[in-house]
Amino acid sequence: MDKSEKIALFLGVCMLSLFFFAVLISAKVFKQDVPECITPDQIFTEGELVEIEPGKLYQLKYLSKMWAFEPAEVTIPVGSDVDIYLASQDVVHGFYLRGTNVNMMAVPGALNKKSMHFSKPGIYPIYCHEYCGTGHQFMKGKIIVTP
Amino acid sequence: MNAVKINKSTKIVLLIELIFPIALLTLGIYNGLLQTLYRSGVIKSNSFLGIEYYQGLTLHGVINAIVLTTFFAVAFGNVIMVFHLKKQLNKFTNILSISLMLIGTLMAALAMLSGKASVLYTFYAPLMAHPAFYLGLALAVVGSWVAFFGWIPLYLSWRKENPDKKTPLAVWGNLANFTIWFFASLSVAVEILFFLLPWSLGWIEGINVELTRTLFWFFGHPLVYFWLLPAYIMYYTILPGEAGGKLYSDKAGRIVFALFIILSIPIGTHHQFMEPAIEQGYKLFHSILTFGVAIPSLLTAFTIAASLEYAGRKRGAKGLFDWMWKLPWFNADKFLFAYGIVGLLIFIRGGAGGLVNASYSLNATVHNTGWIPGHFHLTVGGPVFLAILGLVIYMYSKIAGKEIQWKSANLMVPYFWFVGLMIFSTGLKMGGLEFGEPRRTNMGMSYLDTGGSNFEAFWLFTTLTTVMGGIIMTIAALMYFGVFFKTVFSKKVYEDSIVELPVTEAYHDEENIGAFRNYTPWVIAAVIIIAISYYGPISNAIENNVKASPTYLPGTPTPLEHSTVNTETIDLTQDAQ
Repeated sequence: MDKSEKIALFLGVCMLSLFFFAVLISAKVFKQDVPECITPDQIFTEGELVEIEPGKLYQLKYLSKMWAFEPAEVTIPVGSDVDIYLASQDVVHGFYLRGTNVNMMAVPGALNKKSMHFSKPGIYPIYCHEYCGTGHQFMKGKIIVTP
Repeated sequence: MNAVKINKSTKIVLLIELIFPIALLTLGIYNGLLQTLYRSGVIKSNSFLGIEYYQGLTLHGVINAIVLTTFFAVAFGNVIMVFHLKKQLNKFTNILSISLMLIGTLMAALAMLSGKASVLYTFYAPLMAHPAFYLGLALAVVGSWVAFFGWIPLYLSWRKENPDKKTPLAVWGNLANFTIWFFASLSVAVEILFFLLPWSLGWIEGINVELTRTLFWFFGHPLVYFWLLPAYIMYYTILPGEAGGKLYSDKAGRIVFALFIILSIPIGTHHQFMEPAIEQGYKLFHSILTFGVAIPSLLTAFTIAASLEYAGRKRGAKGLFDWMWKLPWFNADKFLFAYGIVGLLIFIRGGAGGLVNASYSLNATVHNTGWIPGHFHLTVGGPVFLAILGLVIYMYSKIAGKEIQWKSANLMVPYFWFVGLMIFSTGLKMGGLEFGEPRRTNMGMSYLDTGGSNFEAFWLFTTLTTVMGGIIMTIAALMYFGVFFKTVFSKKVYEDSIVELPVTEAYHDEENIGAFRNYTPWVIAAVIIIAISYYGPISNAIENNVKASPTYLPGTPTPLEHSTVNTETIDLTQDAQ
């Protein structure tokens, strides 16, 4: 290897390290991590919104099935912290809360979890973004965050 | 270097390997164009001319990304071995390989065309396809293994006869590629033979879906390197010579291919960042290794750019950037240069976007949105696709002894493709990143049905952008089909049965190093890293699965066969506190 090659390689590794370090900070310091790995004994078969602390802390259990989310529509107040659990009743589904970092796969037999703090009021649409059969394009839901 | 004359059976096999996938590609391209029309709401229907949306998407993916790429890798590999080692192929493995690949492809094609395998090219369980689909894909993969097994004795005997020579770089790259392919596809073979096939035949009741996904991505990510490495072989061993220069460093090429053996496989979980059941630490580890596999590509970017700069300066370039304009961009006799350089330019964007996908939690901003197909059309649909098109017609003309017809159209194909692809991928990437547009979704029936209740206006601009790009890409593909089939149906004008590839000399031609003649140390290193990186995700997938999944068909929300489904609910309150 000649000198220019070594310099190019060194700069490339520096660039990658910088990118990776930035991602690590966002994940671990600013808590924008990938979904959590939880190990349940069983998985719920009905979706529901559970109020833990009114106006502050909620559990949102989503059951995805061909071709709807249950519950299809929920309303929570702004400023809520919500633990979103995602399960599938049948095949693999996707769950993307538009405009946020809540992006999860619903895999039958496993339980997914991601937490979200809703600091802005508005309507947050949810789209299924994994092919789940002939009705996939109609599978959506919404979270309404009231002021 | 001299061309090599091949015998009749080799000639027939090679011609099938070149013509068959291009003929099938017409169907793949057609369904690609239709995708853009459905997604933008130009077609607001479930099907068009007898092919349903998800059926067409399955055909598009399987034909373009699995059949075309595998047939090409085998054909190019055959030609590399014959030309660079000056040896004839083993007749038995050669014929067995093409037979298995043809039978397998036809089985899968029938399953898809009959509408019984609309499961997309990732065939995620528990959506089930007809058993012929899984069996066909497995046979096609085994067929490519057989070709590889036929090359190993050729290489070993060459190495014995030439103890002091360096392995030709193209051969080093080709065998590295098939080594990766063999180890990676073992995993999908396990997925198909032990899980999907017995399950689709009703022999086992349920399967662990997360485990099949993990096995799939063990295969699925190295698959993209199996697509890419033939293009890399072209960049290292053909492109600099076609530009009138030399390969800057021969050793860099060898290191790059060796690094791919080690790092291609143990990174597949970066496709599963958003999935349950796999611990965050394992995902992070796969993310780090994925950044590692970017290193050989950065090294390639440097080496090839340096090689082309050398070529430009030999052609009389002065100053800092003048060498770029001195390259043979529009020389119809050097069309391989155009196919190669345009692919490389596309790959700058493709590679940069890939780093975003690999970036652990940053993946949440793009996962399964339009960004993802936007990204991989800039890799497999860019550099890989153009390398395939250029080399197929080049190899065909030599083997069949034909003059390439409509040479200027042939030269313009990569440029048209470039323009179309840039527009197309911008639409998809923007739709995904900015507006959360879901991938693989028939949006014309719902979100882009202008009269309907589900209409979402913010996806109109981006999806119409993809239509515009898609039309230009289709025109480029039609130009290529015209050139290719006009050449196929033209009269033989040269001596046929010739196997020949352009060659490139090395600028820094380093000494012969034993480690670059022998794959064993690299394979051992790969196996160790794979074991370390996959022990966690696979044991997670086994342990964290609560129930086995029964079988579902794409059109029915109830399981095909009734098996026990858990009906109890767990208390999650404790978990939250």
